[in-house]
Amino acid sequence: MDKKIFTTPILKANPITVLVLGICSSLAVTVKLEPAIVMALSVTIVTGFSSFLISLIRKSIPNRIRIIVQLVVVAMFVIVIEQFLKAYAYDVSKQLSVYVGLIITNCIIMGRIEAFGLSEKPLPSLVDGLANGLGYGLILVVLAFIRELIGSGTLFGIQIIPLSWYVKEGGHYLNNGLFIMPPMALILIGCLIWIQRSFQKDLNDK
Amino acid sequence: MDTNKNSYTIIYSTVLVVVVAAVLAVVAMGLKAKQQTNIDVEKQLSMLGSAGLAQDVKNAPDKNSYVEGEFNKYVVKGLVINAKGEIVKTDSTNLVKSEAFQISPEEQYETMKKIAAATSNSEKERLMAELKLPVFVCRTADGKEVSILSCYGPGLWGPIWGYVSLEDDFRTVYGALFDHKSETPGLGAEIVTNKFRDQFKGKEIFKDDNLVSVKVVKGGAKDKQHEVDALSGATITSTAVQSMIMNWLQYYLPYIQKNKENKDAADNAEFIQTEANSIAAADTLTIK
Repeated sequence: MDKKIFTTPILKANPITVLVLGICSSLAVTVKLEPAIVMALSVTIVTGFSSFLISLIRKSIPNRIRIIVQLVVVAMFVIVIEQFLKAYAYDVSKQLSVYVGLIITNCIIMGRIEAFGLSEKPLPSLVDGLANGLGYGLILVVLAFIRELIGSGTLFGIQIIPLSWYVKEGGHYLNNGLFIMPPMALILIGCLIWIQRSFQKDLNDK
Repeated sequence: MDTNKNSYTIIYSTVLVVVVAAVLAVVAMGLKAKQQTNIDVEKQLSMLGSAGLAQDVKNAPDKNSYVEGEFNKYVVKGLVINAKGEIVKTDSTNLVKSEAFQISPEEQYETMKKIAAATSNSEKERLMAELKLPVFVCRTADGKEVSILSCYGPGLWGPIWGYVSLEDDFRTVYGALFDHKSETPGLGAEIVTNKFRDQFKGKEIFKDDNLVSVKVVKGGAKDKQHEVDALSGATITSTAVQSMIMNWLQYYLPYIQKNKENKDAADNAEFIQTEANSIAAADTLTIK
């Protein structure tokens, strides 16, 4: 199996910064690191396993209802994950609220199934799905790191910026409220794309 | 095999849906008990939080058993009261299974909305009779008997809810706790912080025997007995907290009034008793 199947989606063809898919949830769940990581893991599992399962049954799927079949499989995995989160990580599932359910509509998953899972063997499909999920997760974690640190002064809920710096304690520091609003996440994604494109010249339009 | 035939497509989709449904049903059934425990524990934790208890939950190794333990230790009674202020049901054991615990504030809020919109008196009375309000009596570590009242209402983006606990004089707020579904992070969502809810401690909900609730005021509270500071940048959520508490206290009012009067009467009786005792003591002194 080609190693590139795993490495390309993580950086070179990152689903968020290069394919610009899955933007909605990357704005919504990156206020804090913890939900971002759980979301990243959930998406990785769903992309990996739904791609794998679709690839297993790819020859039997009637072409006319193939999108419906994909949706049903993806929805099944998402609901199973949602149920497990509610049972074993209740606090995180409360923070993620509707966004776990919305993984179903995450373009990355359907995109990978259509582009890869439907035509390739199960094992490469699994790897491709997992790698795309990880690529998505990487951007999520970077965003959440910046947003939580600057927006709330914490990481994983632990205070990082010394409390004595804050204005109310007599210092000169204030958390930047803009970073916890979704628009700032979009601006940050723009910055990440900018950085990536300045290193990876082949992405630029001629 | 021709996968494009109609019959094949129909059979394929039927089998697929049945298989997926079976998988989901098994998962949902298997995890249901665990999920319900989480929801119950969350509710218990909120109630305890409104009475300033269970503060060590972050350090507890097992959250669920810690919260359940604290709840059983401090909460002594669960009451269901009606809109007339009468106690319909009292439970003092196995509170998590009690009727008071099972009351959904959301459903009661729906009834309240209908009451507010009712056009005729008879309809209003019928709806009032349907209303059931939970009260949890809690004996705190400092020996106070605190009544935990429920509340629920609309916030800016979704519902907000909480618990307000009153001291045994039924005038003073002992503590409060709020939670929300989808208020703006960093702005409206700050109602869950200790900084916001600690302000409610010690406020009085009565002013000259009129229910005034606790006002959430923009630009700094002036009346330190009845007002708290609103959250900056979250005017609508702040106002929503204020109207939610006021709304629910109005329905709790008959019950609060009764207990307040009893308490006042008891205080008076105690006062008269001590008076009488001292007079009697003075008498015996003079006789001697």
